[in-house]
Amino acid sequence: MTAMIEIDGLVKHFGPIRAVDGVSFQVARGEVLGFLGPNGAGKSTTMKMATGFLTPTAGMARICGFDVEERPIEAKARLGYLPEGAPLYPDMNAGAFLDFIADIRGLSGDKRRARLDHAVRSANLADVLGQPIDTLSKGFKRRVGLAQAILHDPEVLILDEPTDGLDPNQKHEVRALIASMAKDKAIVISTHILEEVQAICSRCIIIARGKVVADGTPAQLEARSRWHNAVAVTIAPDKVGAVVARLTSLAPVATVETVDLGNAGSGHAKVVAFPKQGQTIIGTVSDALRGASLPVVEIRVETGRLDEVFRTVTLAA
Amino acid sequence: MRNSLTIARRELSGYFATPVAYVFIVVFLVLNASLAFFLGNFFERAQADLQSFFMWHTWLYLFLIPAISMRLWAEERRQGTIELLLTLPISVADAVVGKFLAAWAFTGIALALTFPMWLTVNWLGQPDNGVILASYVGSFLMAGAFLAIGAAISAITKSQVIAFVLAAAVSFLFAVAGSPVVLGFFSRWAPQAVLDAISGFSFLGNFQAVQRGVFDLTTVVFFGSMIALFLFANAVIVELRKAR
Repeated sequence: MTAMIEIDGLVKHFGPIRAVDGVSFQVARGEVLGFLGPNGAGKSTTMKMATGFLTPTAGMARICGFDVEERPIEAKARLGYLPEGAPLYPDMNAGAFLDFIADIRGLSGDKRRARLDHAVRSANLADVLGQPIDTLSKGFKRRVGLAQAILHDPEVLILDEPTDGLDPNQKHEVRALIASMAKDKAIVISTHILEEVQAICSRCIIIARGKVVADGTPAQLEARSRWHNAVAVTIAPDKVGAVVARLTSLAPVATVETVDLGNAGSGHAKVVAFPKQGQTIIGTVSDALRGASLPVVEIRVETGRLDEVFRTVTLAA
Repeated sequence: MRNSLTIARRELSGYFATPVAYVFIVVFLVLNASLAFFLGNFFERAQADLQSFFMWHTWLYLFLIPAISMRLWAEERRQGTIELLLTLPISVADAVVGKFLAAWAFTGIALALTFPMWLTVNWLGQPDNGVILASYVGSFLMAGAFLAIGAAISAITKSQVIAFVLAAAVSFLFAVAGSPVVLGFFSRWAPQAVLDAISGFSFLGNFQAVQRGVFDLTTVVFFGSMIALFLFANAVIVELRKAR
């Protein structure tokens, strides 16, 4: 497994601000890396350096082995990039814009037709090709930006918030598109949407204040959550006291909390038992409840909450 | 070079996608004609030449060219498309030259549309068409030099207004480099050789020589070097802003 994207100790200062402070990671073919972090953590700045738009203060980025600063043309030829906010030339027609990108990418003949066709189909742009870009909706603009990024079938894709501004159906389509390309490309996407990471990313990096604070598969990161392997029990409201007492007495259970279901509860109450050191407690819990003859409406194991891990690691940094 | 032409084509079609191009051309033509006929006394001079037409070009370009050049880079920066452009597999030089060529071709189109002036003098008399052709070429070269100055300045800022004002100011200094206004500033302490060199940079002076029919290699070399110098500066500024 050779790394297609190598980010090595990237640092970027804007005056006195250290926007990116020594970020290193590698992405191999077949990986979809989710790049997470609060606003202003340095996600976009890292991407701008990886794509050669900003010169790093220190460190280097390589795309398919080509140093982005030393061999920019070779590196950029192998790269598809959707910049933050999907900037496009507003006066151009969507079709003319893609033609321009195809010209710059040196596509010609049958291959050009096939690639334009594929990009237009993948991004569902057939109906708007004749329209000026500034008359398009936010979702269409984003998809024109995506089509532009995948036009030359690059080995490396760097997408800064590819699903921002899309409706749920469009988000689903874009995720399916990314997943379908994942096999033979190295892909980095930045996002705020944690479900997106669970849906398409094979790996995820969280950065905060310019530093990498977590790196692992979504499952590994979820396992760092205190919700990992917690058991949520939905019961009748009058049984809450008894259930809490019974669960608290169990050895592998660390704490028990009642959850306010509000209006969504439809007359039920919810109690969550958190395990000690993430051990599996579902067996113990269900045995105990059955032993005490406490009727249960629903019982389920939590996988862990990425949003909670995200909060913990980014606030600690 | 192929990339430069691709970029130039995109830019040039961009001019005509909005009313900006048409407004510019109409204003350019109307101003040209009014200056030549009313202030230049085209008819009263009763001479079959275009001196009263070309003599205003330096002044026209002084504020019309920055109106074209101001958007070249400032607009890309404001819209964020510069990020798209500079992450395509092209060199900064490709982008700088491509943008310049588009703007220069556009001023060329505007200049060429003044051909009724040429038809008029040829209908009224027998002008020296060699001088007229040389003046057209000289005017086009001077426009290129002003454009290159404006393009470099446009790369500094994302505000088109700042780009316009700065470009007009710097262009003015170059236009009148040989005049007492500028030379007076240097004459107290600079030796004569420096003064001569400064006045040699005068666009007005260089262009006046052409209008008198003195079209030699010096003119081409002068405006050509100004273009090359400022395009180089343009590329350096774009590179520096990546590292800011």
